Parts: sequence; structure tokens; C-alpha cells
Amino acid sequence: MTEFFQSLGMSYEWAWGVATICGILLIALPLMLAVAMIIYADRKIWAAIALRRGPNVVGPFGLLQSFADGLKVFLQETIIPSSANRGLFLIAPIITFTVALMAWAVIPFNSGAVLADINVGLLYILAISSLGVYGVILSGWSSNSKYPFFSALRASAQMISYEVSIGFILIGVVLWADSFNLNEIVKAQQGHGLGFVNAFGFNLLLFPLAVMFLISALAETARAPFDLTEAESELVAGYQTEYSSMSFALFWLGEYANVLLMCTLNAVLFWGGWLPPVDWAPLYAVPGIIWLFAKILFFFFVFSWVKATVPRYRYDQLMRLGWKIFLPISLFWVFLISGYLMLTRYS
Amino acid sequence: MSYVAHLVKSFTLWEFVKAHALTLKYFFKPKATINYPFEKNPLSPRFRGEHALRRYPNGEERCIACKLCEAICPAQAITIEAEPRDDGSRRTTRYDIDMTKCIYCGFCQEACPVDAIVEGPNFEFATETREELLYDKAKLLANGDKWERAIAANLAADAPYR
Repeated sequence: MTEFFQSLGMSYEWAWGVATICGILLIALPLMLAVAMIIYADRKIWAAIALRRGPNVVGPFGLLQSFADGLKVFLQETIIPSSANRGLFLIAPIITFTVALMAWAVIPFNSGAVLADINVGLLYILAISSLGVYGVILSGWSSNSKYPFFSALRASAQMISYEVSIGFILIGVVLWADSFNLNEIVKAQQGHGLGFVNAFGFNLLLFPLAVMFLISALAETARAPFDLTEAESELVAGYQTEYSSMSFALFWLGEYANVLLMCTLNAVLFWGGWLPPVDWAPLYAVPGIIWLFAKILFFFFVFSWVKATVPRYRYDQLMRLGWKIFLPISLFWVFLISGYLMLTRYS
Repeated sequence: MSYVAHLVKSFTLWEFVKAHALTLKYFFKPKATINYPFEKNPLSPRFRGEHALRRYPNGEERCIACKLCEAICPAQAITIEAEPRDDGSRRTTRYDIDMTKCIYCGFCQEACPVDAIVEGPNFEFATETREELLYDKAKLLANGDKWERAIAANLAADAPYR
């Protein structure tokens, strides 16, 4: 895109700047739209499993429900509790939202279609998703109210615990793909399973990692059954309790953008990203972005499906799963995979 | 042995897989709920909804201000004031029902000797302000005029059991 703007007579620096801004808008605007639709899909799937109908009045099949909700929230007054820490209270949702958008910079939507094709993309994603916890902690602390505070305590412990095992799981993938660049990781999956399936998930050594990553992703985004941070039966609405209007909407958008990001990471790291599911020439005629979207939507369905199926974990069970099961297993798996690769690939 | 079985079960997430198979089955089942504002469930003739004051076919109001409903109302939601009218008949000058107090027990319509106060089939009378739920005589009579046909049909359907 930079060349295109250069051909319009801009200097390289200007062309690069304009092209990057265009790229950001090309990712962020469809992402916002996708988040609106995904909130609707989440409600519909949840309702269908509970034998309900879900939103079906606003627009055809209720498709415009999220926009109606957005408009309602937009028209509301922003209420700041008198005892809240004003600055932090207002900055927290902005952090959550911005950080949720930032991670998308390194996601490959097609072969080479990345905003920032950096060679440590996976590290960048880990770093950014760790920053996400600040939004939650700051909102919980600055609200100066007990339920948000409990929620923030839980959220910080939960996110940090599962980030450790996610880190080890990702090391397994990185070892196998021999790269931190997400585009390279996707390319390494071509014909990986049985010689024709484009997915790391079909590797017997990597499949357990794929399952563990899915579960950790649920915990990392605080989705059910790990939604202790906003456990509505205990903590009202968790760290969002004191928020209203647009600051509340920003939390919601950020949360669902994070969920989408985790679905995308599942697709990219273990199930072939923008590659078609099977390494068969005619399937490559379909644009890679469509394969990626299909996989993202499938994983989002799994997320909603899990939410509608399982009850919430208790806090000690959550910590036990993170530290006493996932951490040792993922650590052992790093050892197993590196040992296997030393024996087969590097000996 | 049972320890190993438990271990295998928990590491293959067997119970989660089973639970998800079950919920997927329910995902494709027909919905149990109705499409409410567009579809409605049938109501019994005895349904106790919004109150109405009825009139005789000649337009004379039925209520004779005996105040039995006011006396029996367990929530004390009804307030009646009465005076003899110019033609000498006893009528209410004030008949108020506080719908925010009413518990829809139906005692008022059971107490009424002339079937004047009844609970009609209407249950969609939500308002935007609390004050709109403090019904006065005019509102109740208007309800009666509006719902008379449905109320009369319901009373007729239920009459054999009374």
C-alpha cells in the first residue's frame, strides 16, 4: 500500500504513514463491526442452547440488537462515583479497549497481509495481553468500591496464572514452527498433519497443547467457566460495577475484541490460520481471509458453547487448575517437544 | 483401577465432552419459549388482570357503592367515597385503585354483588410513571367500556362454576 501512495506523489515517509493509518482503519473498523455482531451471535447461541429465542425484534432476526444497545449506552450519562479516583477511573476502560485493539497488528489475515510483520509477533501478543490486566486492575481499584476491588484482585491473579501456562504452550508451537512470526507459524503448518492437513492440531504431540490453549484462552479472557472476575451472582458485575455509558461500552468492546483475538490465535497457532483445512490445490482458490474467518467463527461458537454448558469454577479450583495442572503439564510438554525435535530434526 | 479410570476421565475431559454433546443436541431442538409480543399464550377466563368498572347495557354504572371490595381488599388498595345522586340512587363519587398496591387476588370481584368491579384479561398496562398506576373512577370505567366484550365472555364462560 505504501507504493500506491508513493505513486500519488508522496514522499516515502508520508506514504508509509498514510498507508499504516489506512491499514489500522481497515483492521479496527471491521473489528468493531465484528464485535457488535459477535455479541449478538453470543446471545443467540446461548439462547438457543437454553431453548430460548434470544434477541429477535430489532432489525431482521434481531441483527441490529447490538447497535441499538450501543446507541442506548451512548445516550446515557457517564456517572463517576464521588469517591472514585477520577483520572484512573476514566483511563481504565480506555486501556482495556486500546490494548484489545493493539494486539491485532500482528495477526496475519492472509499470506503476508499483516499490519506489522515483525519477527517476534508472538512475544508482542504475549506482552500486549499482559498489559490488558492493567485496565481491569485500575478500574477495580479506582472505583473505590468493594465488589470491583474483589473482582480486580481475582482478575489479576487469574490472568497472571494463566499467562504463565499460555507462555509455555506457545513455546511448544514456536519450537515446532521454528519462528516467532505468526505468518511463518501459519506457513509451517502447511501439510503438517498426515502430510495433507494444514494444522498443528493434528500433530499428536501438539494436540494436547491446542486443547490446553483453548482452555487457557477461556481463562485469559475471563469467559465462562472462568468468569470469576464478573461473577454476577457474587460480585454484581465485577470491575464494571461502577461504570456506565461509554466507559462501560468500551469495556464490553474490549472484552469481546479480546475474545475474538483469542479465537484468532487458536486458529492461527494450531489450526492453520489462513490456510485451507486440507492441503489440496482447488481449496487455495478461496481467499485465505475467508478460511481464517471461518475458523475464527468456529472457535467463537466453541467459546459460546462452553459458556452455555459449564457452571462457573470456584476460585480455588481455578488456581489449582492453573498452577497444579496446566503449569506442570505445559512445562513437561516443552521438555517433551524440545527433546523430540532434538532427536528428529537437529541430530 | 478406579484411580486410573478417574485420571483418564479427567485428562480426556470426558465429562466435558459429554456435556457439550448434550448441549449441542439442545442447540438444534425447537424453542420452548413463545415469540411473546407477536405470539401469546391462551388465557383462562378466570385470569386476573387489570381492573375494570362495568356498566349495565343501558349505560348506567353497576357499582352501588356498597364498599364490600374496599373492606375485603387485603392490600387496602381501594378507596371509595359515596353520596346519594340527584335521582336518589347511591353511587360512588370516588373509586380509586392503587395498582402499585394491588396483589391481584381477585377478592374484590368475588365480593362484588353486582359484578361491577372485575379483573379483566388485560395484563399489558405498564406505564412510564408511578402516578399513572393510581387509577381513578374515570380510568376504571374507561377500562370497562374498552374490555366489556372480553369481560362479559369470560364471566359467561366461568358462570357454571360459580
